[in-house]
Amino acid sequence: MANTSGEILLLEGLLKNERTAIETIYKDNYRMVQQLVLSNNGSEDDAKDVFQETLMVLYERLLKRDFELNCLLKTYLYAVAKRIWLKKLQRNVIKVDAGVLEEELPDIGFDIQFEQQQQQHHLNMRKAMLELGEPCKSLIEAFYIQKKSMQDIADLFGYTNADNAKNQKYKCLTRLKKLFFKVNQNSEL
Amino acid sequence: MRDPHLLQLIDGYLRNELTAEEKAAVDKMRQEDSSFDHMVVEQKFLIKQLEAQEARNAFEQTVHSVADQFHTTAEPTGKLLQLWKKHKKVISIAASIAGITALLISAAVNSFTQKPTSEIRQLSQALREVKRTQQITDREIQGLKQANSQPVAHAKLGGTGFLIDPKGYVVTSAHTVVNADSVYIQNSKGEYYKVNTIYVNSPADIAVLKIVDNKYVPLKTLPYGLHKNTVELGEEIFTLGYPRPTADIVYNRGYLSAKTGYQGDSLAYQLAISANPGNSGGPIFNKDGDVIGIMSGKQVTAEGVVFSSRASNIHQALQEIKKDTSLHESIKIHLHSQVKGVERVQQIKKFEPYMFMVKSY
Repeated sequence: MANTSGEILLLEGLLKNERTAIETIYKDNYRMVQQLVLSNNGSEDDAKDVFQETLMVLYERLLKRDFELNCLLKTYLYAVAKRIWLKKLQRNVIKVDAGVLEEELPDIGFDIQFEQQQQQHHLNMRKAMLELGEPCKSLIEAFYIQKKSMQDIADLFGYTNADNAKNQKYKCLTRLKKLFFKVNQNSEL
Repeated sequence: MRDPHLLQLIDGYLRNELTAEEKAAVDKMRQEDSSFDHMVVEQKFLIKQLEAQEARNAFEQTVHSVADQFHTTAEPTGKLLQLWKKHKKVISIAASIAGITALLISAAVNSFTQKPTSEIRQLSQALREVKRTQQITDREIQGLKQANSQPVAHAKLGGTGFLIDPKGYVVTSAHTVVNADSVYIQNSKGEYYKVNTIYVNSPADIAVLKIVDNKYVPLKTLPYGLHKNTVELGEEIFTLGYPRPTADIVYNRGYLSAKTGYQGDSLAYQLAISANPGNSGGPIFNKDGDVIGIMSGKQVTAEGVVFSSRASNIHQALQEIKKDTSLHESIKIHLHSQVKGVERVQQIKKFEPYMFMVKSY
């Protein structure tokens, strides 16, 4: 199914974190998700959560670049939201009405559980970075995210030379690695 | 990892900053040394997470702020919702009659999604009751497997696997490897091997991996057998697995509590055994040392209820792999345990080298 250029622009806006794009998506789709959740044992708050999670999933898929939308964005969002909601219901072993289950959903090209794992990694990384503390956090960000050179980092953080900065970065990364993989393991026990 | 230079080198490698010779050297090292390769993959995974982190945080913030604004300046509720609210009472009365509820809600959703609600669909509802129950069950099993594997699956980097053919074929649970970019296994001595996933059956929750590592030296004949016989209720069972981040193998014992899985799932068994994330994919042995199942997940709502995929799913997997002509060798399993009647401690000692921790990225 062909998508309107409007939808593609919208997705591009989303990827660039443009507020107006997100607002439009909210305006056009929130009611639909709300309806889905409310009529299936959910509350208003559940609906809000599901919708936000749906947007995070969409964003995550866009980041991956292999994103392909072969149905209308609305249909896609509905399919994602429904999978998320059913998952939540089933987790609490609440019976879901058959009609909703029977309805055919378009293939969204990925497993929602996998995406939820990604979200979990995201939260774990945030937690690990918080635990890492300063100056490690800033140092790691300067190197890996802002892609600053070691010399710049040395100047910025007041290390006598690039080698010292390198050494410090090595210690920080080792610690982050430990924290991240540890949190990742423990997040579900 | 203890060597800062090694870490620096990997950084350079991942950023494409190395000279051609250096890069070739690293590639060669990755080929030859799986623990080094594993280190590269781990670091790549970490940095990928890091890089996307900032963008994700920013996006999440915008979403929250848009949501706040949207919900406070909430525009009049959509027409359909009003309609629904109006009928809410009616619907909740009807809720006591399951059949009707299903009908109503499916109708509501259908009209909402603009699908034609045909008479036939509604009329045939009653006849399809059985089919529907079946589907709900299927979904719930699916959901349960995934939900309770939630713990297990999120332990993302952890699962257990065991050899079924010393040539390098390993069985684990599907949810530990599905969608992973790369998968490694590690034995109790801490040696890593790179593996490829050659077969996945998600409903049965099993997967078959093949070791693709020159370093791997085929082990001797398997000490355990792959049982084809039926199991008995109350039969004693035990499992070995890697529920800890360390390479410590952990033994657990229990009994078979039902011959079917969650809500009668005939691909599974229900067990009473203590299991933790990381145990999934591990073999379930009977007292003679035959594999009767593969650890799958546990029910969150009940204590000590664990499900395992049946060993017959392995046989089925092998049948299907056989059909795949891209595989040039055949997988041979052997049915009879070599450790029948042997003391448990000895059995475990024999089995240990054949048990692997599965790590997926």
